[in-house]
Amino acid sequence: MRVEIRVGGFGGQGIVRTGLILAAAACVYGDKNAVDTASYGPESRGGKCRSEVIISDGEIDFPKVENPDILIIMSQEAYLEYVNDLKENGILLVDSDLVPNQKKDLKAKVYEIPATRIAEELGNKIVANVVMIGAFAAVTHLMDVNHLKEAIKSNVPKATIDLNLKAFERGYEYGKSLLKEN
Amino acid sequence: MTEQRTVLTGKHLMQGDMACAEGAIAAGCRFFAGYPITPATEIAERMARRMIEVGGIYVQMEDELASMAAIIGASWAGVKAMTATSGPGFSLMQENIGLAAMTETPCVVVNIMRGSPSTGQPTEPGQQDVMQAQWGSHGDYDVIALAPASVQEMFDLTIECFNLSETYRVPTFLLADGFIGHLWERVIIPPLEEIKVVKRKKPKVPPEKYIPFKPDDDLVPPMANFGDGYRVHVTGLTHDEHGYPRTDDPEVQFKLVQRLCEKIRKNAEKIIKIKELMLEDAEVAVIAYGIASRASISAVKKAREAGIKAGLLRLVTVWPFPEKIVSEIANQVKAIVVPEMNYGQLVREVERAAKETPVHFIPKLGGEPHKPDEIFEVIRRAVK
Amino acid sequence: MKAVQEFEMHHPMAKYLRTERFPHIWCEGCGNGIILGCFTRALDELKINIDKLVVVSGIGCIGRIAGYLRCDSFHTTHGRAIALATGIRLANPNLTLAVISGDGDLFSIGGNHFIHAARRNIDMTVICSNNFNYGMTGGQLGPTTPLHSYTTTSPYGNIEHPFNLVHLAAAAGAVYVARWTALHVQRLTASIKKALQKKGFKFIEVVSPCPEIFGRRNNFKKAIEMMRWLKDVSEIRHGYDPSKAEITMEKIVVGEFVDVEKPTYEELLQKKYIKVQEKLREKNAG
Repeated sequence: MRVEIRVGGFGGQGIVRTGLILAAAACVYGDKNAVDTASYGPESRGGKCRSEVIISDGEIDFPKVENPDILIIMSQEAYLEYVNDLKENGILLVDSDLVPNQKKDLKAKVYEIPATRIAEELGNKIVANVVMIGAFAAVTHLMDVNHLKEAIKSNVPKATIDLNLKAFERGYEYGKSLLKEN
Repeated sequence: MTEQRTVLTGKHLMQGDMACAEGAIAAGCRFFAGYPITPATEIAERMARRMIEVGGIYVQMEDELASMAAIIGASWAGVKAMTATSGPGFSLMQENIGLAAMTETPCVVVNIMRGSPSTGQPTEPGQQDVMQAQWGSHGDYDVIALAPASVQEMFDLTIECFNLSETYRVPTFLLADGFIGHLWERVIIPPLEEIKVVKRKKPKVPPEKYIPFKPDDDLVPPMANFGDGYRVHVTGLTHDEHGYPRTDDPEVQFKLVQRLCEKIRKNAEKIIKIKELMLEDAEVAVIAYGIASRASISAVKKAREAGIKAGLLRLVTVWPFPEKIVSEIANQVKAIVVPEMNYGQLVREVERAAKETPVHFIPKLGGEPHKPDEIFEVIRRAVK
Repeated sequence: MKAVQEFEMHHPMAKYLRTERFPHIWCEGCGNGIILGCFTRALDELKINIDKLVVVSGIGCIGRIAGYLRCDSFHTTHGRAIALATGIRLANPNLTLAVISGDGDLFSIGGNHFIHAARRNIDMTVICSNNFNYGMTGGQLGPTTPLHSYTTTSPYGNIEHPFNLVHLAAAAGAVYVARWTALHVQRLTASIKKALQKKGFKFIEVVSPCPEIFGRRNNFKKAIEMMRWLKDVSEIRHGYDPSKAEITMEKIVVGEFVDVEKPTYEELLQKKYIKVQEKLREKNAG
């Protein structure tokens, strides 16, 4: 099993961190293999930003994502750029508030999560990416929830661990509710 | 107390550059001099944080000329030393890489290669400094260069670089591409006592009997550090076994240059490391290193699925070039495929060793590594 | 060879020298031998442990000095002596460290290393033999060649303004700055002694006659004429403003210009080290 995940958004949303959390959960806290790469423009904030994670039970030979099985999208720009790369019947998680214009006939399982809004309700929109990770965990069943939590704890500032874990739970609950609807 | 922090034993998700820094620390490196440059800066940043924790020195020099000079000085003062850079900085270092070769100074230079020439593509990976690593400074001398293909190897091979450099008293390069340097993967760091670390050969005789550049049978002279009381003179000029300049004696120049080259060539079999994949019955061999070898694994597996007898020779050691091994493989296969992230560099060495066997080169420029399918297609055509 | 043996037997400084390397390469009337003499006398008077002394030099006539001293010594690539010495110093703070090199080596090709080592206040004594030109390569224009003087690459007279080395050193942050000529043997020796005992980046410029290469082209027919000139135009003024101490053919102000205290790189690093280690201990305990 080799699963390719691409996370897209803009600088400052924690896109790179999201990739690191997914990879760490898989290969440090879990017993899978993982690779993670990130790319971003010269801007520190606000520019285009992408991270890619491959998770596999076996060795990962070629460490680059070609056609993602899962897309996590947090900006309109990233949506337009990456949505066509998604494998047929792949999974798309999208922060719907940030991506008003979506394709109607996409052959994919689409999950709309108002992650930034949920994060704001929790007090800080900076944790929107962790809300997305929670939703990701719920809808994909790809990774162990405890492994993800461990990875979150080791990848965020100590003072914000509780907030981040709350964000994860909220995202996870939201994801579960979407599954029920389907 | 601080010993706990010297080697971060355990399982980590790390970027290649970070793993390189940790490998250096595990190898006993306690001096780092550098200058910021993409995509190698993360090594300097990690060293700036970590060296002070382990009682070592991090110093940011004014440029790469100075960084290279400083690690030579530190090495002679008895401390294992490293610098890290990328293409433009590697060019500046060439002057003192020659000095390190001439003065037989153990030191490690990490080059996280990016798109070039000149300023080129700072944030995009390349494999364009492979020939420069061996031929970059003026004159004849041989070096050792290792090419990691994973983050684990960024850790393991950095240690190996230090060990080889101390053993052969030669500047040794970790020749990594920007892709591996910036890749995040799992690294398993073993306990301190399981890490093999080589220390340089010291003189066994008292100072009055010590001849600083008189080699042992392995062609490597024992090395006294500054301050040990041996009062060594070191010069970049052509020197005799006493270390004294002898620039007008052809015999002295020949003997010295010959030894600088032969100490690596004669020990090549001990130095060279390669990895083989399904080569036993192969009719077509892919020869690759660094990031290009990762796509090659996928391509070779795909070829096997398609019924093509393909195999992979991965060069862990790029310099000295594994000429004999490549020749043997060339004798066995019908064709060789060489993917490199450049416009044709190490393929020249492969062609030289392959003699009559056709070699298919796949260039790659721009930053995107070869895709497995691109290599597979060439394999398929090569056996037709 | 007989002369060398006699020198070894009778000269009190011979023990500091690799006499098997003699005769040296320097011309008659050159100031470099005087600098070597002053340096060894300073070592002798201070009773420096020669096993713990490292001398680093660059390329040029004076660059050979490292190979004449019987101590650990490094004759580096052109211009890189200070950068290499920085590595030695930081890797082993217990060594006595001196860089002895020329004006072209230290201030043209190596100028960047000089200002940055001074800025960082790396503990080393830098002695510059300033002979106004590139002597070893036959007398070309250098960064200290006086305006209008003649060299092989300024055949119609120099139109480049020279560096005022003591001003440059002071501005870059050196804690000790002095200038002497090769005629000021006692004072130069005293200055070297002072510098070797002081912590930080110390700089001594020695205006050194180069009669064979520079002098000949600039109206000094004999070595002694160049010596006489240095005697006539030099003026001792301690504490003089280094920015006003430009060297001209008419006037050379010598003396101690700067002598201040400032924490060295190594001292500041040591303080940081103690802090970091304390934090680590706290972290490990907690």
